[in-house]
Amino acid sequence: MKNASIQLETLTCPSCAQKIENAVKALDGVDKESIRVLFNASKVKFSYDEAKVSVHDVENAIAALGFKVL
Amino acid sequence: MKRFILGRKNHIVLISAILIAAGFFCALALKNTAAADTAFIIASILGAAPIAIQAYQALRVRVVSIDLLVTIAVAGAFLIRNFEESAVVTFLFLFGAWLEQRTLTKTRSAIRELTEMAPESALKQMPDGDFREVAVEEVDAGDILLVKTGARIPVDGTVLSGEGSVSEAAITGESLPVLKGRGDKVFAGTVLDNGTIRIVADRVGEDTTFARIIELVEEAQDSKTKAERFIDRFARYYTPAVLVLGMLVLAFTRDPELAVTILVLGCPGALVIGVPVSNVAGIGNGARHGILFKGSEVISALSRVDTIVFDKTGTLTLGNPEVTEKAYFGEDIDRALVYLASVERESDHPLAGAVLDEIGDTVYRQVTDTEVIKGRGIIASVDGHRVAVGNAALMEREGVEPGTRAKTEIARFEKNGDSLVLTAVDGELKILMGVRDPVRPGAKEVLQKLKRLGVRNLVMLSGDNQGTVDAVGRELGLTEARGSMLPEDKAAYIRKLTEKGRIVAFVGDGVNDSPSLALADIGIAMGGGTDAAIETSDVVLMNSDICRLPHALGIARATAANMRQNIAIAVGVVLFLLAGVFFSEWMNMSVGMLVHEGSILAVILNAMRLLQYRLKK
Repeated sequence: MKNASIQLETLTCPSCAQKIENAVKALDGVDKESIRVLFNASKVKFSYDEAKVSVHDVENAIAALGFKVL
Repeated sequence: MKRFILGRKNHIVLISAILIAAGFFCALALKNTAAADTAFIIASILGAAPIAIQAYQALRVRVVSIDLLVTIAVAGAFLIRNFEESAVVTFLFLFGAWLEQRTLTKTRSAIRELTEMAPESALKQMPDGDFREVAVEEVDAGDILLVKTGARIPVDGTVLSGEGSVSEAAITGESLPVLKGRGDKVFAGTVLDNGTIRIVADRVGEDTTFARIIELVEEAQDSKTKAERFIDRFARYYTPAVLVLGMLVLAFTRDPELAVTILVLGCPGALVIGVPVSNVAGIGNGARHGILFKGSEVISALSRVDTIVFDKTGTLTLGNPEVTEKAYFGEDIDRALVYLASVERESDHPLAGAVLDEIGDTVYRQVTDTEVIKGRGIIASVDGHRVAVGNAALMEREGVEPGTRAKTEIARFEKNGDSLVLTAVDGELKILMGVRDPVRPGAKEVLQKLKRLGVRNLVMLSGDNQGTVDAVGRELGLTEARGSMLPEDKAAYIRKLTEKGRIVAFVGDGVNDSPSLALADIGIAMGGGTDAAIETSDVVLMNSDICRLPHALGIARATAANMRQNIAIAVGVVLFLLAGVFFSEWMNMSVGMLVHEGSILAVILNAMRLLQYRLKK
């Protein structure tokens, strides 16, 4: 398990945070309990299994929702 | 395609604004309804596209979002051929979101300013002895770095050589530079104002004090109070509930206009964002002033504090005791001083340092059979003599009977607020020293400010004797001052206060008062970057100066009040809109959306006031 933190564009609605959380949760290899979307810092923190998923995959999943990954 | 549309939201806002203006111009000035409708239709479709995409994406991850309410409302308006309303509503919604993003960025600016102080490069000593510029990630603990005038110190380290003044604003919020020389600790993110120093890296990357502060503040800004968690849960069910309500209204009244209006009015914007936005601004203001709040729960508790308990040493006083008075009894005083110094040299008691400073250079003797008696002092053998160094209780235990002159001196010293260090050699009192820890400059003003802020009880606890404690208590104007307390007594005292229903904050230096810090409703640590202080407390005063305490209390109060105002605004707006639907003629979707977006901006702007908050003189 490795920890990662992704910086996003400014998040404006708390429901965005929930959307992102659910989208990241849906990915296999991400520890569901560890996902934390920091609304104010506009960051996503999680731990993941390198063998199953990469940070890049998570970034793509978030970008597909229409949020810019910085 | 989706990304293309979402990425161009700003352009869409602009184009629909122009189209809507054109539409109104056609309708009102040219009386050309067909042209006006065309403009409104294009604006509606263009504006609805990004909202609908967002709604769909949210639905896919099983979230019923505001976007969905707006999409359905717009579609409804479109179907009943109310193109003007559908165009205006989509525009207002998108424009509102854009404004919110701009203003929210502002409320978060305090913390961003902090992160921008993160160092990026370092001058690292290479194996060949030269210093070369590298990225800060390439520095490991143990590396030797050169820091020149004007540069940011890249890591936490210790000065090896050189001297310079360092501005530590990033860490302590203190703008006055601090002089650093060989052996001093320096922190990542601080700036060397002048001079050149060589340092050895102690902690790098995420382990530096600076990185941990940022992490703490970020986590704190996103921590939630009970009320907030309630609102979040509420919002999760609220949005679908509004959708159901809209359908019910349609089913019963057969009035699609009213149904879509309900959908727009029901958007829970200001309520959801009002509390977090106050929180973020308040914590940001604190961080800028060297005050770390470890969460929004902390802010709401601190705002209600009615009792502040201070640990005396290092908090209200400087923590550098000095000998202020002394008296000698009998013969052979020089020898007794040598014995005293020899015994004290082995002690790490705070008073020992003061005694040694007073005696100065001397020849030390071999000390054996040292016995430390907790809360009293030390007994040891020096040159075959039994030497007792400690307080009056130790003398009593040793059976040392002070003479008449000694008794009057002891009484006089105690009355002056001194801690007593008595030295007896072979059961005979030789030396009496009075040690005092000077009160921190400004401490009195701080306490007065706290009183004016409405803190009713200001209590000081100390391990020193009651006389000392009373003297400091009188000088500072405390409501209560208790001496002779061991760490466990302090903790028990705090427990008693909280059981009485008082909301208690404990202020300590985080060194040996962790139980009290943990037991109090709010633990406030004076920690110039010490790990213990950061870990155990709820609030950290970064520059170890209680002068920040009134500001901490003030901003906590202001933030708590701000949250209440925002909740009031949000609830008030919803009530106002509902009343509008049922009791007035002029309420429609566009007005509803305008008021809704206006209320969101109102709570954000209200929270922004916190960034400017300063304690009134």
